[in-house]
Amino acid sequence: MSGEARTPVISVRGLTKRFGDKVVVDGFDLDVERGQIHGFLGPNGSGKTTTIRILCGLLVPDGGKGTCLGYDILGESWAIKQRVGYMTQRFSLYEDLTIRENLDFVARLHGLAGRRAKVDAALDRLGLATRGDQLAGTLSGGWKQRLALAACVLHEPDLLLLDEPTAGVDPKARREFWDEIHALAAGGMTVLVSTHYMDEAERCHRIAYLAYGRLLAVGTVEEVVRASGLSTWHVSGPEQRIAALARELEGRPGVEMVAPFGATLHVSGADAARLDAAIAPYREEASLAWNRGEPSLEDTFIHLMAEAADNHAGARR
Amino acid sequence: MKRPHFAWHRLVAVVVKEFIQLKRDRLTFAMMVGIPLLQLILFGYAINNDPRHLPTAVLSQDNSVFSRAIVAGLQTSTYFRVTVIAGDVAELDRMLARGEVQFAVEIPAGFERQLMRGDRPALLVMADATDPAATGNAVGAIERIVEGALTPLLDGPLLTLARVPPAVDVRVHRRYNPEGLTQYNIVPGLMGTILTMTMIIMTSLAMTRERERGTMENLLSMPVRPTEVMLGKLAPFVLVGGLQVLVILGAARLLFGVPMAGPPVVLAVGLLVFIVANLAVGFLFSTVARNQLQAMQMSFFFFLPSILMSGFMFPFRGMPDWAQMIGEVLPLTHLLRVVRGVMLKGNGLADSWPDIWPMLAFLLAALILAATRYRQTLD
Repeated sequence: MSGEARTPVISVRGLTKRFGDKVVVDGFDLDVERGQIHGFLGPNGSGKTTTIRILCGLLVPDGGKGTCLGYDILGESWAIKQRVGYMTQRFSLYEDLTIRENLDFVARLHGLAGRRAKVDAALDRLGLATRGDQLAGTLSGGWKQRLALAACVLHEPDLLLLDEPTAGVDPKARREFWDEIHALAAGGMTVLVSTHYMDEAERCHRIAYLAYGRLLAVGTVEEVVRASGLSTWHVSGPEQRIAALARELEGRPGVEMVAPFGATLHVSGADAARLDAAIAPYREEASLAWNRGEPSLEDTFIHLMAEAADNHAGARR
Repeated sequence: MKRPHFAWHRLVAVVVKEFIQLKRDRLTFAMMVGIPLLQLILFGYAINNDPRHLPTAVLSQDNSVFSRAIVAGLQTSTYFRVTVIAGDVAELDRMLARGEVQFAVEIPAGFERQLMRGDRPALLVMADATDPAATGNAVGAIERIVEGALTPLLDGPLLTLARVPPAVDVRVHRRYNPEGLTQYNIVPGLMGTILTMTMIIMTSLAMTRERERGTMENLLSMPVRPTEVMLGKLAPFVLVGGLQVLVILGAARLLFGVPMAGPPVVLAVGLLVFIVANLAVGFLFSTVARNQLQAMQMSFFFFLPSILMSGFMFPFRGMPDWAQMIGEVLPLTHLLRVVRGVMLKGNGLADSWPDIWPMLAFLLAALILAATRYRQTLD
């Protein structure tokens, strides 16, 4: 990639947004580079949607500054809106318009030249060429989501903001959706996508993890997992024994998380020495097989969130 | 299978839930209590079926004790309020056509001389009968008022003149609607009320519907200006309004035989301004209301004074001054005057303009207010 690839598409510092007394986004910094797929993760209410809305000019931040596509997010949202495609969490096209009419509407708003050809091409790509006259409201969830994506890339934006685009969509449709996103990114489009799915996070170039409006971790998946300093043991054995073991380990000093996966238990803690000490009495049990495991992204996030919750509560006190 | 019985606990569950939801929607609740109270007070005092103090222009071509007595008699009757002393007949006509006065009284030259000779001089009373209800009572009383005014003067040698038939021949002309047909008044008025209702309701739902269906977020994220959204949403309804006008005018002509005395172009101009003004009000409501129910309530809140205080249902001049001032703000008040003026009186643009510009001003105010109320963010 050329030198231009290094210029950040999104660069914000100290972004803050309050709704009443509640601070939803709390001094948030983020850099996203061109052509990257940047995952946006965090529990419900962590400020993902609010941040995305600020970036595309739908909300005015209470504090902080930054640029999106080189334009000031505070004063140049009109220019940003021209170059951004935003896919809302909830289907927000017109259910009482047909698929084609929806695309026509978006194309006209953006003043696209050769509208008819572009809409036809979009319908072809969607595989909806023969169903263009069907009302958008009659589409199933997966198709609605594909239509919404087609509508927000119609004007070939430089930046795509996707807010939980695959919520409630079946695995096959999700896979296809992500293939499409990777194809778009390969074409030079930058993508910021929020999600709750770990497998989707792993398909991102970089991820950012939010909780309580703060950015807790940012980097590639490996970097985020490594940075958490979490160590994990996998233990398997008879079902009854595993269930009992889970209860026994829960709350022991050094044990932060105990999560059963079938007949295997994932036991994690941030302090490797204390974790080892905590499980030592059980290491010799004949029916149990202990193995050192890699912490998963999910383990990492739950760890980060628990940590943030403590800090959050501490700050409140 | 046994059918489940009616159970009180389930009924109670639903009732409790409904009450909670009703309580949550504060604005709706406030409107349900506040609007009836406000309207009761507003209309209770404003509406009057026996209008008095009707503005009257007098042209006196005979300066005598008798003509002065008649003018004084009109005033003290409380039916008439002499607001203008006209210089000639043309001025009387113009004032009637523009609706500045309800009555024009002409006392002819040589009135005193003819009266003294017992020639029963004519006293010409012209009433603007476009709204028969507004003039009915005053017209009914006029002969008695004139007689009462003159009787004290007709004493001594003139006593014989006070006998039947009366000394003065009061001739009442019901202008513009000589037969006093209610339809002539109601049908053009209905056009205005029908337009008010449909136009405001349609556009008051415009933005609230986008918000309720969740399409607002998508719309706002795309590059589109508030004025573009606003005008775009109003445009289709200008056409719908035009269609309604054609239907109503056709029916007025074919079913009720309402005449079209003036130029239709002037009527079209007035209606266009009126339609857009109402659409703009509706759009303004839709930028304020949080949901479609509130938008509907606001529409009715505007609609009721429009029919009750515009002169459509009750004579405009029957209302107290403060109520007339409110009425003057409403576009329907002015539209009624334009429509009745053009269709019944044959008014042209010059005579209609005094009622077209207030609608234009209202339209601009509503548009500007709506454009500033329109939020480009979700804040």
